[in-house]
Amino acid sequence: MKPLELVCPAGTPAALRSAVQAGAHTVYCGFADETNARNFPGLNFSREDMHQAVAFAHQHGSKVLVAINTFPRAGDEDIWHRAIADAESAGVDAVILADVGLLAWAAARHPGLRLHLSVQAAAANPDVINFYASEFGVRRVVLPRVLSVAEIAAINREIDVETEVFVFGGLCVMAEGRCSMSSYATGKSPNMQGVCSPASHVQYVQDGADMISKLGAFTIDKAGKDEPAPYPTLCKGCFSARGEVSRVFEEPTSLNAAQLIPQLAKVGVTALKIEGRQRSRAYVAAVVRNFRAAVEATAAGRPIPADTLTHLSEGQSSTLGAYKKTWR
Amino acid sequence: MENDTTIPRIPGLAQRLVAPLPPPLIGSLAARLMRQAGKSHPELFARLGEHAYKRYEIAPSDLPFVFLMTPDPAAPQLRVLRKGRASWDCRISGSLAALLGMIHGAYDGDALFFSRDITVEGDTAAGLALRNAIDNSEIDLFEEATALLGPLRSRAIPGLTPLVNALERRTGVALRRVEL
Repeated sequence: MKPLELVCPAGTPAALRSAVQAGAHTVYCGFADETNARNFPGLNFSREDMHQAVAFAHQHGSKVLVAINTFPRAGDEDIWHRAIADAESAGVDAVILADVGLLAWAAARHPGLRLHLSVQAAAANPDVINFYASEFGVRRVVLPRVLSVAEIAAINREIDVETEVFVFGGLCVMAEGRCSMSSYATGKSPNMQGVCSPASHVQYVQDGADMISKLGAFTIDKAGKDEPAPYPTLCKGCFSARGEVSRVFEEPTSLNAAQLIPQLAKVGVTALKIEGRQRSRAYVAAVVRNFRAAVEATAAGRPIPADTLTHLSEGQSSTLGAYKKTWR
Repeated sequence: MENDTTIPRIPGLAQRLVAPLPPPLIGSLAARLMRQAGKSHPELFARLGEHAYKRYEIAPSDLPFVFLMTPDPAAPQLRVLRKGRASWDCRISGSLAALLGMIHGAYDGDALFFSRDITVEGDTAAGLALRNAIDNSEIDLFEEATALLGPLRSRAIPGLTPLVNALERRTGVALRRVEL
């Protein structure tokens, strides 16, 4: 059995090299501007970086995908159009898009360029996936992190394109590409500017032994001396509502679905995605190495090795997320 | 699977040896080291962008002084001050082993932050830019320090390398870039 394709994050050229050397079949990355959903300070690739990164990856037998997965601002579409053209001229293996207009543009102007549908498109049923495939020639869809394994199996039975699913990293359980919480608090969003909880609006404040996280004018959470540092995102905050203090949206925990890899292979998933373009090359190397061992074990019919990646999880704890929907 | 992480501590003896050194002396050496690293890794400044002009206080929790730096590409500055005397835009603190490990690629900055091994105060965007720029530069402070020896470098390396390697093994502290 062929191992599932491991699609790994790279926020910098150094992280890309680490991913490739650690065993990534494929690396995804983005340009240093608002065209990608990880537009954070000090991250991402210049045009020259991208050319060099693609050459390095191809020399080592790995592929490069470029995420151009924000939604173009009316009147400034040229920024996104240039990103697609530059990705193609760098020799990338595919671009990952979310916006319908941009998909139409790429299909018409860059017919030789392979198109993947970003998780930001939130395509979660066979009808919409088949629409993207028939209208724009999309070859792979990255499924949103809201589906169970059984639901992924049902989707795969009714579509002809490849599916890619998240197996590790930070969770985003909102309708991806539609979440406006960051915009509400800061005026900037992951969908338009590529920044969820932009660092320029995040503050961590020591209050005695406690640490408080703030986003814009909102206090999000407070952690005691021996607790993990709190998240800077509203969706993982702790709020008082109707007299009860709780995490209204979701727990500050990360996805780790390593143990589900055999099931995901069985239901026809093509590729496994690791989240974390904002993380260091130490994270990338460790997580890629672990997951490469896991997909090789699955392909060989061996058990998945036990993992010790919890210390690398945001929030220092992990979950199977929607793959096991115990709340339903 | 592999890679569980615990942060080692700088041995007490080393802390006691360093603590009485005058800050200007350490500052002079550290400033030369920073300028050398900037020369070897000019891409670092491009990644910092506007944040290159911010004042960063790097505060090792197990030393009695802090490093105050402005990595301005035209005139990088670094001073060493006793704790509590500097004003800054962004302050990053943690054990010296955690800070060195992050620079050398042994640890992930987010993981150190969430586990409370490091703290970031003030301008979060500046802290993030610095962390990402350093991580991409794959700096090796041992290489930069030996580059300061000029023509003596090639003669010093054979003696210094085994010494630093032995110190790393003994203490667990990442004194050189980790090959990932």
